[in-house]
Amino acid sequence: MARTVPSRNALRPPRPGRRVAIGAAAVALLATAVLPVRGAVADDSKGGEKVLTVAVSQSVDSLSPFLAQRVISTSVHRLMYEYLTDYDAGDGHAVPGLATAWNTSPDKLTWTYTIRRDAKWSDGRQVTADDAAWTFNKTMTDKGAATANGSFVANFKKVTAPGPTTLVVELKRPQATMTALDVPIVPRHVWEKVGDFTRFNNDRRFPVVGDGPFVLTDYKVDQYIKLRPNKTFWRGAPQFDELVFKYYKDNDAAVAALRKGEVSFVSNLTPAQASSLKSASHIKVNDAPGRRFFALAANPGAQSKDGTRFGDGNPALLDPRVRRALFASVDRTMLVDKVFQGHAVEGEGYIPPRFADYFWKPAAEQRIAYDPVEAAALLDAAGYRTGADGRRTGKDGRPLGLRLLCHAIDPNDKAVSKYLQEWWAKLGIGLTVDCVDNVTDPWMSGEYDLALDGYSVSPDPDYVLSIHTCAARPATPRATGQTDDFVCDRPFDELYAKQLAEYDTAKRADLVKRMESRLYDTGYINVMAYPNAVEAYRTDQIESITTMPEAAGNIYGQDGYWSWWSAVPASGSAAKPGGGPSAGVVLGIVAGAIVLAGAASFVVLRRRVDADDRE
Amino acid sequence: MTTASSADTPAVVTEARTEPRGRRFTAGPALAYLRYVGGKLAGAVVSLFAVLVTSFFLFRIIPGDPVRTMTHGRQVSAEQLGSLRSQFGLDLPLWQQFTHYCGGALTGDLGTSYQFHAPVGSLIAEKLPATLLLTGTAVVLYSALGIWLGTRSAWHSGGLGDRFHTGLALTLWSVPSFWLGLLLVITFSVGTGPVPGLFPTGGMASGDTSGFAYVLDVAHHMVLPVLTLVAVQYAQTLLVMRSSLLDEMGGDYLTTARAKGLRDAAVRRRHAVPNALLPTVTMLFINLGHVAAGSILVETVFSWPGLGGLFYQALSVPDLPLVQGLFVVFAGAMIVMNLLADLLYPLLDPRVGR
Repeated sequence: MARTVPSRNALRPPRPGRRVAIGAAAVALLATAVLPVRGAVADDSKGGEKVLTVAVSQSVDSLSPFLAQRVISTSVHRLMYEYLTDYDAGDGHAVPGLATAWNTSPDKLTWTYTIRRDAKWSDGRQVTADDAAWTFNKTMTDKGAATANGSFVANFKKVTAPGPTTLVVELKRPQATMTALDVPIVPRHVWEKVGDFTRFNNDRRFPVVGDGPFVLTDYKVDQYIKLRPNKTFWRGAPQFDELVFKYYKDNDAAVAALRKGEVSFVSNLTPAQASSLKSASHIKVNDAPGRRFFALAANPGAQSKDGTRFGDGNPALLDPRVRRALFASVDRTMLVDKVFQGHAVEGEGYIPPRFADYFWKPAAEQRIAYDPVEAAALLDAAGYRTGADGRRTGKDGRPLGLRLLCHAIDPNDKAVSKYLQEWWAKLGIGLTVDCVDNVTDPWMSGEYDLALDGYSVSPDPDYVLSIHTCAARPATPRATGQTDDFVCDRPFDELYAKQLAEYDTAKRADLVKRMESRLYDTGYINVMAYPNAVEAYRTDQIESITTMPEAAGNIYGQDGYWSWWSAVPASGSAAKPGGGPSAGVVLGIVAGAIVLAGAASFVVLRRRVDADDRE
Repeated sequence: MTTASSADTPAVVTEARTEPRGRRFTAGPALAYLRYVGGKLAGAVVSLFAVLVTSFFLFRIIPGDPVRTMTHGRQVSAEQLGSLRSQFGLDLPLWQQFTHYCGGALTGDLGTSYQFHAPVGSLIAEKLPATLLLTGTAVVLYSALGIWLGTRSAWHSGGLGDRFHTGLALTLWSVPSFWLGLLLVITFSVGTGPVPGLFPTGGMASGDTSGFAYVLDVAHHMVLPVLTLVAVQYAQTLLVMRSSLLDEMGGDYLTTARAKGLRDAAVRRRHAVPNALLPTVTMLFINLGHVAAGSILVETVFSWPGLGGLFYQALSVPDLPLVQGLFVVFAGAMIVMNLLADLLYPLLDPRVGR
């Protein structure tokens, strides 16, 4: 029988090519299995170097300061380029950056900055006022270069540098935000060679010349952004040898990387992630007051600047009693407890409490407390009576039904919507929740009744106040405006104009608080909570790091470079073992060997069978 | 034998397959094959053109103003917004935008991404290799595994092995890929109990490696995402292969082969499997067509820098030039793979294309 007769081929040793292939597979498998330890060492310490690895998820839109708009990009620019002024890590007031001092003319229209002498570009050249003047002038004169920061220079009339340490900015109208110009100053000798600013992304030649605490040394789209300390930084060089922003598109995977020690820091934690990390060893959870507000916005009847009304906001919301009733039936304490699971503070005024200078909260008699009984009475007074079916109807006999616009990708929005539905149903108000991916379109078209709203607030509150002025509305219904909620309230606008022209910090803060009070009373923007910034870092890699505000604040996405610049490496962060194989390596080798043995047996058996068949 | 006299029987197919390659297409069939190829090529070109036109209008139906979305929450002036509209060409009438798009596409220029300020072609080229590597490897592996296990399951249908493999494959098929991926990360990257952290938690490379070390590093990063894709996807190949082989197993030509004294394995491998392969080959090419599109969920869980994630970002703005370019590439890959499958069919089964 053919089966019993050994074939010539079966007796012949395997061909050299096959042996090479098996050998190569073995090497690949074994080497792959050995890699974990090498990878971990490389991530934490490269030849004894201290590397600070930060998990990020947002893709960079551009590394050109003239184009970048996303938080990840502008945060990296904070590290690469010094601004005229910085915000104090303690309380956010303006402190010297590239400018050591500044003063204004009596007519408030000319600002003169003294540029520091001890700042150098990373290529060794001196930083001068001419670099700053060129940056501002380029932004003012080149539409492409104004993409990111055009709004900061919109009120500039002329910018000059009469001397290497003197920068003069002439304004069209007084502007109190001249110490809050978040514009990276770039080296003229590098950037004046750029042709089309709309297509130059500053991500091809490394290292990138800058004067911030770090120098950008490498970047791979959606893989990493690498920076090295600028040894000549005027405030002192950072202590880590390298700062790496490493991409994790899924936050659960980033948390896993933190547990393993592949990254030093993770932000934007969910309550579940935070509580699971609290008990993990060598990990500290930073649950700090955030810079965002979370609000309920009511459509005041969308209108463009030319007076045209558009959209389909429910007219019932134009009655202040209805707006007050809606907010009075929102239990903010429960939202903080149940939705945010304690990682938030109950909302009061418009600006979060971490900005102590501008934080305002309503007086006891002004405050809209949680009071469903009062809410029902207000609705009765407004003419919305409860019918036999429990639903409230207006004087026109129509039931009171509202729509709520929310962000489909935000789990908090969905959870809050459920509560609102329940609470307002008890009042006899129907609520249709519309959670969509793209809220911007229906919102800007005025096609909503209520919406869940939220903004990140900067140390200078000008921008978040400006979005509720009449001037922020779109020029025509089809145009794009800066408005948040189509609010147009003349008393609010008057206060806005006053604060923008007020250079005295205390007086300006008082005006801002009066604006917040007015916004609260009009009831179109009702702040429900201030969500915390929940983040975590490895204490065996980072010994200490500055939060903003210093007393209790966030680490990622600061208005400054304080966190990464100040981070002190933990003494043991470079002491990962590099010697003998770990259990992982051994297991990897065993697994590889098993797979290899299986593959080899398979090949040999197949060869035997083939040989038999050939016989 | 009666089976050999019928042109439609599988036995004839087997005979045709055993003919030497050089004699397969004589002048007549070769001409028929060329006509067949020409027809398929023309069809592919027409499809590609339809894709080009569709991609322009399709994404303009989706609600969303790119300028509004990109600048929402940012400190921008009305002048900046107007400038952006003009920069993106959104202030032009639709027909002008369309002619610009067509002109560019025909010369290989897919436009400039709104959000990344870079040519769409270079953005796609930057991420395409990562996607091809990950998804391509997975498709090859799960197809091979599916064919192998499917063959064995069918050959021993109803047996313990068949029931085990079919059950396991269907279970894994119904598992959400992101969930399985996360499970693998937690188990084999972080380490659980006695299992140490063997693999990286994400990304394509650790960085700072080059040459062979880089190749190994990438291979190391690929293990878990490829495993996830293979585990979730191999069921479809297994089931198709199993089903088509079961159809063939009653064939008289197999009895003939056995009667010739061929071993059971040889009957399976040389006679049954080649005839059962056609549906699996179709599926393989469909899957290869999907390779370019990547896998958004697996790329996200493993932070793999591929096209799936880019497509998601492009849609969320919507970044019209980028989303159009990606659509053309994805659809183009599918058309090319379909074309290749069409061209390959006559070689696998000479009845096709006659």
